[in-house]
Amino acid sequence: MSTDTAPASPPPPPPSPSKSAGSISSGQDTRPGDRVFAGLARGSGIILLVVMAAIAAFLAWQATTALTENEGNFLTTFEWDANADPPVFGIAVLAFGTIVSSVIAMVIAVPIAVGIALFISHYAPRKLAAPLAWAVDLLAAVPSIVYGLWGALFLVPHVTGLYEWMDDYFAWTGILEYNGGAARSLFTVGILLAIMILPIVSNVCREVFKQSPKMQEEAALALGATRWEVIKMSVLPFGRSGIISASMLGLGRALGETMAVATVLSPSFLIEPSLLDPGGGTFAQNIAASFKEASAAGIGREALIASGLVLFVITLLVNGLARLIIARRKEYSGANA
Amino acid sequence: MTDVVLDKAPVNDTPPPPSSTLRQPRLPRWAPLGIGALSAALGSGVGLVAGLESRIQWGLIAALLYVVINYTLATLVEGSRQAKDRLATSVVWVCFLAAVVPLVSLIWETVVRGSKVMGVDFLTHSMNGVITLQEGGGAYHALIGTVEQVAIASIIAAPLGLLTAIYLVEYGGGKLAKAVTFFVDVMTGIPSIVAGLFVLAFWILYLGFDYSGFAGAMALAILMLPIVVRSTEEMLKLVPNELREASLALGVPKWLTILRVVLPTAIGGITTGIMLAIARIAGETAPILLLVFGSPSINNNPMEGAQSSLPYYVYEQWKLGNTASFDRAWAAALLLIIFVMVLNLVARAIASWKAPKSGR
Amino acid sequence: MAKRIDISGLSAYYGSHRAIDDISMSVEPRSVTAFIGPSGCGKSTFLRTLNRMHEVTPGGRVEGKVLLDNEDLYGSGVDPVSVRRTIGMVFQRPNPFPTMSIYDNVAAGLRLNGKYKKSDLDGVVEKSLKGANLWNEVKDRLNKPGSGLSGGQQQRLCIARAIAVEPQVLLMDEPCSALDPISTLAIEDLVGELKSQFTIVIVTHNMQQAARVSDRTAFFNLSAVGQPGKLIEIDDTERIFSNPTVQATEDYISGRFG
Repeated sequence: MSTDTAPASPPPPPPSPSKSAGSISSGQDTRPGDRVFAGLARGSGIILLVVMAAIAAFLAWQATTALTENEGNFLTTFEWDANADPPVFGIAVLAFGTIVSSVIAMVIAVPIAVGIALFISHYAPRKLAAPLAWAVDLLAAVPSIVYGLWGALFLVPHVTGLYEWMDDYFAWTGILEYNGGAARSLFTVGILLAIMILPIVSNVCREVFKQSPKMQEEAALALGATRWEVIKMSVLPFGRSGIISASMLGLGRALGETMAVATVLSPSFLIEPSLLDPGGGTFAQNIAASFKEASAAGIGREALIASGLVLFVITLLVNGLARLIIARRKEYSGANA
Repeated sequence: MTDVVLDKAPVNDTPPPPSSTLRQPRLPRWAPLGIGALSAALGSGVGLVAGLESRIQWGLIAALLYVVINYTLATLVEGSRQAKDRLATSVVWVCFLAAVVPLVSLIWETVVRGSKVMGVDFLTHSMNGVITLQEGGGAYHALIGTVEQVAIASIIAAPLGLLTAIYLVEYGGGKLAKAVTFFVDVMTGIPSIVAGLFVLAFWILYLGFDYSGFAGAMALAILMLPIVVRSTEEMLKLVPNELREASLALGVPKWLTILRVVLPTAIGGITTGIMLAIARIAGETAPILLLVFGSPSINNNPMEGAQSSLPYYVYEQWKLGNTASFDRAWAAALLLIIFVMVLNLVARAIASWKAPKSGR
Repeated sequence: MAKRIDISGLSAYYGSHRAIDDISMSVEPRSVTAFIGPSGCGKSTFLRTLNRMHEVTPGGRVEGKVLLDNEDLYGSGVDPVSVRRTIGMVFQRPNPFPTMSIYDNVAAGLRLNGKYKKSDLDGVVEKSLKGANLWNEVKDRLNKPGSGLSGGQQQRLCIARAIAVEPQVLLMDEPCSALDPISTLAIEDLVGELKSQFTIVIVTHNMQQAARVSDRTAFFNLSAVGQPGKLIEIDDTERIFSNPTVQATEDYISGRFG
């Protein structure tokens, strides 16, 4: 197929020998049907690029408006008073909350997700494996607001016991102190985010584990390796970068999650020393929670857009890193095949 | 990997007694089950005795016991290698259960609590005139909103995504295609709230339009577009090249080859991808919150004025914070889950029914 | 070091499909037994039942007995992991562990058993590589990855890896099918040397190879596509190739089918 002869560079009318065989007088590219269709396809691709550019441009533009009027320090101020005159707002608390809740989520979710992936790919009874994989796929489709509702009305009351326990044994750390009240804290958010990203992380890991070369697994088996030794010798080394990129994709989800955090967290513009106590906030949660008041007047909405821009950049970096790792893995395994 | 192993001296059984090489002392086959039951019982027992109120603690204790007992018994009976294998197996099982329990609880709670007020009334009434603490009211207006917004988003994103994927697979290869591929990946990672903020900045703040279902639909379309492109691309790549060549060799122009040969071959997978994308955006709340604003009454016009949507309705009712509104929130959540699950199931059914038989 | 294998009434299944049907035969110690037959006759499946690798395949299931010096591999209480440690296997395509060096590949099986010092390990690695006629080619680059070797060298590395754990029996599943003629010759020579220590079973598509390397040859066939494979006859290689008792064997060997 001559795929690289795009209509954008109109070919000269004289019959050139390099034209694909089959077209006798008129080159394929000059057919109106072909031209229109290729143009449409190409145009769609261009629209996608334009939308991306517009997202970056408009967010940056609105953010600049807000930042020039900000009387506080955008990075270090511990409050969000964008509607006031003069407006004062900063993302310190939001950045802290976003990162902490995501890190908690990763610490809980990644090992469990790898376990689930191994369970489905190597441990589960065969009749169970396919329906399980399917069920995990379905769970990835549960809307985040449902997780949020469940988190706020079921998880929060059920973790208080656990937190009291942690307070008994780990209060001395300072970060795991619990002073009673509803457990609408960053730690609970972390647990909920972990549950939410489990399906996606384990799905990606499972795909990678499934591709691990059967030949090496058989070689290990034939040497008398136990199942765990087979996994340690041939599955995990092969899947390491896959696990990393899956985690990054999960992290991207956790960083940008809005509704589940907005429902569970009881926000404040303070950095609480203990993760078990309510308070704090995340970028996305703050946008959702402050939006209705912000829309009245002033630069409230612009300020929220500015914080959204920061979130956008962070998730871009994380996702970009994940894709980079996946791309490198492809090259690596391609060279090895 | 095996540093630990290396400093062990050669054990006395280096030339193993020939008759016993195949038989190793093994725990009986029911051992994992038995240990599981035992740990569950012990976990609950300890929980009861110590007066731990949270079932989560009971579960954690049981899981820990399960792993430890398994490992200890295996070390005693089967030796250290088998014990490590058992340790890994039990940890993997515990991981699996640790994930299944909350997910099952999520579904269970939604179904049980959601079915309280679910019914014809709930599906056919709006919240217009329903006072906060009052029972009754429904999600009809939200249902209308969701259907309209998702439909508009699909009408925008599906053709655009389909054509972009065709461009990437059938016409791609150049720098532009590489850029598009890259930015599709980038787009996949955009948090939904950021998509909402963009439409807010562009449509409402810059162009000066009002909040409307259409504004929300645009944000949803941005979220849907990369999913459609990705899945369609995968499906088009599965179409064997021989088919294209056969058609081109018959003198069929390229665009007709794509329309008549390539797309029909991949149509099952493409439909599946689009339906999964719809299921995905139907549950999005954040952009609706920013762009549609929410309204308790029925608004059939997506182009003008505030609307509601199912996920937004869940959030709104949760925020009201009383028993009656929680019931409505759960019912709407149940509705949403059913909607998303049905879409998923139908999509997968289509995928397996229409799967390209000649595909790899 | 070498043990005999007695197989009786062995059938193997993939799910509900029966791949081989009711096979009974014996494999003599310190000899080379070759399995020949047309594609799909189940000779590789049969080989994989001899060290319980068949059950690794999804849906794989075995009926019958395989006695290794009178101990049934499929008896209750027998640990498949121990079986595979006792009966080594070399695969169709060389499959060294890509993340491990040449040294680590050979030592992999020993390390699993976890009872070796570094100095012991060095000795075993050298002995195994020498045994696989690979030592001279790799002794200066033992720490390089095994995937950097040529196909024939990789296959000999896999043989070294298999014999390093000192198995009783060595199963080879078409070990030369992915190799060039020179490498094939090197492996065939190696098989001739190894049979003084091991019981060797080799599956091959190549009848000349069977005639060259084996002492006894078993011919497998299937009555039709989709039917289970059967053992047609087993005899001294010389007899099979000069004067087989069954007509089908003669037809196959003389190239009339398969």
